Amino acid sequence: MSIRAALLIQRWYRQYAARLEMRRRCTWKIFQSIEYAGEQDQIKLYTFFGFLMDHFTPASSERNLISHIFRKNEFCHDTEWERYFCYKSIEVTDSYTGPHLTFPMTFCGVSKLVEAFKHKQQLHARYVLQLLGETWRLLRIFPNISQISAYHNKQITICGDLHGQLEDLLLIFYKNGLPSSEKPYVFNGDFVDRGKNSLEILLILFGFLLVYPNDVHLNRGNHEDHIVNLRYGFTKEVLGKYRVHGKKILKLLQKIFSWLPLATVIDNKVLIVHGGISDKTDLDAIARVDRHKYGSALTPPKPTKHAVNGSKTQTINNREACGPVEGRRRVCSLTYCSSGPAHRHDLPRRSLHNAHISSQLNWSLEKELKKRRRLAGFDQSYRELRTSDSDPESGETTETDVGEWKQIVDVLWSDPMAQNGCIPNEVRGGGCYWGPDVTEEVLGRHNLQLLIRSHECKQDGYEFCHNRRVLTIFSASNYYEVGSNRGAYIRMGPDLVPHFIQYQASRTCRELTLRQSVGWTERSALRALREQLFVHKSDLISAFQEFDPNNKGMISLRHWASATERVLNLGLPWRLLRPQHVSSTQCGMVDYQQWIRELSITEPKQEISDNSILETMYKNHSNLETIFRIIDTDHSGLISFEEFRQTWKLLSSHLQTEISDKAIADLAQSIDFNKDGVIDINEFMEAFRLVDISAHT
Amino acid sequence: MADSTQSAEAIVSDVHKKIRAAFEAFDYESNNTVDVREIGTIIYSLGCFPTQANLHDLIAEVEEDHTGYIHLDKFLPAMTKVLLDHKFPCIPEDLLLQAFEVLDKEKKGYLEPEELTKYMTQEGEVFTQEEMDEMLTALADPEKNLVYYKDLISQLTIDPDM
Repeated sequence: MSIRAALLIQRWYRQYAARLEMRRRCTWKIFQSIEYAGEQDQIKLYTFFGFLMDHFTPASSERNLISHIFRKNEFCHDTEWERYFCYKSIEVTDSYTGPHLTFPMTFCGVSKLVEAFKHKQQLHARYVLQLLGETWRLLRIFPNISQISAYHNKQITICGDLHGQLEDLLLIFYKNGLPSSEKPYVFNGDFVDRGKNSLEILLILFGFLLVYPNDVHLNRGNHEDHIVNLRYGFTKEVLGKYRVHGKKILKLLQKIFSWLPLATVIDNKVLIVHGGISDKTDLDAIARVDRHKYGSALTPPKPTKHAVNGSKTQTINNREACGPVEGRRRVCSLTYCSSGPAHRHDLPRRSLHNAHISSQLNWSLEKELKKRRRLAGFDQSYRELRTSDSDPESGETTETDVGEWKQIVDVLWSDPMAQNGCIPNEVRGGGCYWGPDVTEEVLGRHNLQLLIRSHECKQDGYEFCHNRRVLTIFSASNYYEVGSNRGAYIRMGPDLVPHFIQYQASRTCRELTLRQSVGWTERSALRALREQLFVHKSDLISAFQEFDPNNKGMISLRHWASATERVLNLGLPWRLLRPQHVSSTQCGMVDYQQWIRELSITEPKQEISDNSILETMYKNHSNLETIFRIIDTDHSGLISFEEFRQTWKLLSSHLQTEISDKAIADLAQSIDFNKDGVIDINEFMEAFRLVDISAHT
Repeated sequence: MADSTQSAEAIVSDVHKKIRAAFEAFDYESNNTVDVREIGTIIYSLGCFPTQANLHDLIAEVEEDHTGYIHLDKFLPAMTKVLLDHKFPCIPEDLLLQAFEVLDKEKKGYLEPEELTKYMTQEGEVFTQEEMDEMLTALADPEKNLVYYKDLISQLTIDPDM
């Protein structure tokens, strides 16, 4: 009897566990799709700036705005910067209760700092600038590639992305010990953004770097980039924590980021970089570049043009938001274009791909690149650009510069794929996808045996691929949501065999049952997905109505899934997601109007004359925020009406949508809640934050 | 709940879509193959309740000659038949409840982890230690560390229209 009972229960339970696993996978896919789509969005921002460049003429009415965005640097020399960053005039008053630092940094000093951050204290701006200043000075003497060794039975600890999650760093230190000469560490980039303690993590890592410069190694990640930080939260964090000195701190960090080394090599056998490689990766070339020239890895290098013809042009440093003023002559590709659409069907199908979204926005990378190339006077593909004419007047953006830049972008942004070959990474918008054959070739060429990289979140904190020649290590646990994934770090001894330690920060998630944990993560993913659904509201309704010719307002669940799949084209298994998504069903039918209403929306505070502007705004709101923050050069959080209006006009002509002046004025009015003539960026974003209408537990 | 006005063709097409969707979730290389070790999860997630023996038989039918991979071309027709024939129907709640009650010899209304572990890992198609640990994490009340099976069954029933 009990055998039969056991069999039944086993059968039931295995089924149940499998369903949970399926839900977990779908949830994962959702988060990943949205994450990569966001990064892709970021790239589109650069095409927008390119568009601005191409339309820049001295006579255009928007020239104030444009030159404002593309402002030149005020200082040129490091000594001037040092004066600007000087901390000495900043006084520490008696009311300050945080830690006091003395320099040179000592182990005690950093430990004190770690303890202080554990207790949620904030470091005084004076000490922040002092610490960062020391770090900057130190980093300038480091080579692009750190060469280290696991000799004398030293175990090297290698950590991946931390993304501002201080809990995880503290957990690693707790389990593994603090960095020291006996305990060397490599941190493989992406220390900042998304989490809310990015600055604390940086200060701790830099602190240890100052104390043990030979035993702590930091690799640059794609998020160590001030433009990316504008979008993903680090800029906001710093300005929020340091209202008076935040801008200075950010500027100094910008320099520090550009001076972070690009790679670490252990015993000439193990290569550690943040993103990965491409078929062109050449460590010798990387070792030779002037890495600090590439402030934001996603914009190609500017030519340095010295004053000629008595004109007042100044040296333009490559630190600002985008491409050079000499738009006509410079190399313009942001990613290298593929030899044609031939590769597209081979792209790893794991996320929102460019096709649907970009066509929705009338805004595709290819179209933009083509147009700009045309405007720049040549139609060749990227590969042929090296033969394009060079203007003797302009400075040279040589082929070498672009080649160098590509080396860096590839190393910071690339992802591995299962298929052979090397194709542009159109999902992220930068770097490439590289296959196992490229791994073999590049490792072979450099006589290496293993590539360790990060950049991608992995459910178990780490993952091998390419015949165990590539290892991804990711150290931010619960990255997407509580319970979504474990973090991990590597310990490696002289035998160069990686050992893994996994963990999951957050007491809450350990207390959840498996089912609750999956449910929690799932709800979070679905909330994220809601925004996508909302943005496609009108298309969804049309699609639903096709299944409802008699206008009953109800369609079957099957049709719901089919229509949603068709409109969104996300490659998500809607049939599998359905039970969690559609709560109100009767007899397997969905009231689709109700469902659409239940999607989170918020009513704008005033009537807006043009409904399409609202939709456009939703579709672009994170790009908008980034643009506004760039315009807001004094980081005051405020922009003027005029700046707002000009931005919108430019954006709308770029998007090829009609937006009337009246609509913009109405919009600005409705957002200016204080009626004081300036727009508070945070308020603006809040007004369009999607709010829960239906009560979800 | 099937739409009663559906033609046989539409039903089959519907089933195909379901199978494809589940399959694709594990098709990492986008080449219509999945690792044979994942096929159980796929089959279960389609609403079936096969025994391990059932699974092995089905896998033997569709596996590509010991490569460790299963191709959609073989899986699709086999799985379609399984679904259309309702070959591995779901377990009714009352039967499941009875099964738990059989194991709960003292009629306590709950099972202790050790009790459950003993049965699951020693009788029937035994669980591995990993499966057992996972089951306890999934089913045991986090505070009392007991398996209140009556509550569980009503909370975890399968959606019939899968």
